[in-house]
Amino acid sequence: MLKGFSVVVFVVLIASGAFLFESCGKGQPSAAPNSEVGLVFDVGGRGDKSFNDAAYLGLQMAKDSLGMKYQYIEPSGGSDRESALRQLASQKSIGLIFGVGFIFTDDITNVAKDFPDKKFACIDYSYDSTKALPKNLIAIEFRENEGSFLVGAIAGLMTKTEKVGFIGGMESPLIRKFQAGYEAGVKYVNPKCKVLVAYAGVTGEAFKNPAKGKELALSQYSQGADIIYHASGVTGLGVFEAAREMKKYAIGVDMDQWNEAPGYVLTSMVKKGNVAVYDIIREWKDGKFNGGTAEIFGLRDDGVDFVYDKNNKPLIPESVYKQVDGLRNDIITGKIRVPTQ
Amino acid sequence: MDGKKHWLEHPATQNFLIPILAVILSFAVGAIFILIVGQNPLEVYSILFSQTLGTSYGVGQLLFKTTPLIFAGLSVALCFRAGLFNIGAEGQLQMGAFVTALVGMYTFGVPAFLEVPLLILAGMVGGGVWGFIPGYLKAKTGAHEVINTIMLNFVAAALVSYFVTNVYNVPATVHTPPIAPTGRLSRFDTVFAGFAGSPVNFSILIALLAALFVWYYIDRTRYGYELRVVGLNPKAAEYGGISVSKNIILSMTIGGAIAGLVGTNFVMGYKYYFEEGFSTGTGFMGIAVALLGNNNPFGVILAALLFGMLEYGGLVINTMVPKELVSILQAIVIIFVISSNKIFRRILVNFLKKRTLSIND
Repeated sequence: MLKGFSVVVFVVLIASGAFLFESCGKGQPSAAPNSEVGLVFDVGGRGDKSFNDAAYLGLQMAKDSLGMKYQYIEPSGGSDRESALRQLASQKSIGLIFGVGFIFTDDITNVAKDFPDKKFACIDYSYDSTKALPKNLIAIEFRENEGSFLVGAIAGLMTKTEKVGFIGGMESPLIRKFQAGYEAGVKYVNPKCKVLVAYAGVTGEAFKNPAKGKELALSQYSQGADIIYHASGVTGLGVFEAAREMKKYAIGVDMDQWNEAPGYVLTSMVKKGNVAVYDIIREWKDGKFNGGTAEIFGLRDDGVDFVYDKNNKPLIPESVYKQVDGLRNDIITGKIRVPTQ
Repeated sequence: MDGKKHWLEHPATQNFLIPILAVILSFAVGAIFILIVGQNPLEVYSILFSQTLGTSYGVGQLLFKTTPLIFAGLSVALCFRAGLFNIGAEGQLQMGAFVTALVGMYTFGVPAFLEVPLLILAGMVGGGVWGFIPGYLKAKTGAHEVINTIMLNFVAAALVSYFVTNVYNVPATVHTPPIAPTGRLSRFDTVFAGFAGSPVNFSILIALLAALFVWYYIDRTRYGYELRVVGLNPKAAEYGGISVSKNIILSMTIGGAIAGLVGTNFVMGYKYYFEEGFSTGTGFMGIAVALLGNNNPFGVILAALLFGMLEYGGLVINTMVPKELVSILQAIVIIFVISSNKIFRRILVNFLKKRTLSIND
């Protein structure tokens, strides 16, 4: 007759017993101090098949070839970014902490000052050369404009309609750098070609809106563009969907995005967040962490590139590849200077 | 024993016991999900508790997360008492925080004893206007406040985002320029070293004062009495000579103003600027906070503490379990706590009834 209530009491007893037990137990297993790496993702989080996943790949490369252990946090925005950085930095076992994305700029600078014994690195840090960086912080920058120049040249050489498109995520100096390089690349090889430009929005949400990406892409394709390059995070997934539907080409960004629309992804401008993360972990492990400066990854450093492999070789004529490869050398040697804005 | 009440029969005991039972039960259910992702629930929970309640830094973080939830919860609770469903706390707090930052940007050189009240007032005006609009529309046209507050949430988000990215932008960021240094609220760690690094600041005192105000206003003033009558039965209120439309407008405006105070925590006490996306649904959590707190100002404080712990705790355990699971855990706790009230009460009542019968046998 007391069945209902006794069930409740039973559950409570079990649960509170468990809590008592666990409060006696010690929290985390102890590892050697400063032997692990921590990483805090941008709002897109893991699974964006782009930027954050590239950083994650870097962690895995470090795990596979350096035996490096890692922990990561996916914050939801606002004050969580700083809290997450602090949480990782305050763990004894973690010695190097990454922030993924320009949005970490202020937070990671503050946290780096509060934890002078730990090392920090921030991908796409908005580096202001008038302000000194903390000695324990590296600002990781990429020359996205150089990679975008090369995919722009491919688009300019391969368009049949003399019209190509660009779709950006959040309108910002960072994404305009992609646009500027792309436009310069198109015009360099094909001065007559028009470039249609659209942005998904003016907020961080613009990187997370595939529906908007699809809408913009469909509109550009119907205006006559036959190749669209996107620099828009998850929003780009909509661009690929449009490419599949319209049977037109799209160009991926940050990682090789062939799998998003096999046969329709002409190439991808890869920004090797993984190379940067891995390189910095290796330098740190070897005691060569060089903080207080920006570390710039361009074509020369293999920080950016375009994809040309067995998947998309049939799509790109040999002559086009040769010509673009020549442009790559011209950029590396400084013969071509790619604009940033 | 006859004639004497069983201790479980006291409403106070029940009000206290039932939410606790619900929380414990929800953690038990959450444990199943943790097992599914291959982690040890005991370990995850022990980290959740030890790093939120076990260190002063964790407590600081928890209190920092609690502060905006108190404001949002009070806002929703006050409107509830007037029979209004304020879904618009999110928009109200966005506007409040933004106006706080905006006024702070343009008032450099004002001494602190003026600047701090000025910025607090700015937040209340920003949020208050955003509460006044749906209140006015409801009172004058009968347009339902739920729809209008939801719509105004979108308007607020879009407005703020437009101004932050296009007008008041620090290049390459998503935030405004900083407010005047005199408008800053001190962080606790400037007084108590134990809180070092955690962003908890004196705005939590403003939150507690706001709770006290809401309690006094509702329970101790004539206006509060009118508000409650309107909430219980608008027709009777009208018959009794109480203006329903005045009270609707008034309670929505005050509710909005309280939500607008969220800016004191983030803008005046933490970052010293307005950042786009600073609130991840605080206004909506405010609804759950108010419901769990029984629309009572002091209940709201307790509920906000629980939700604040869940919010920070979610971040703490994120190194062990994926972000999605953290969201599931938080939602399970909320669902259990809010829906279990009746179930547990019924079980208690049945238990007491049967017990009385068996005693009488």
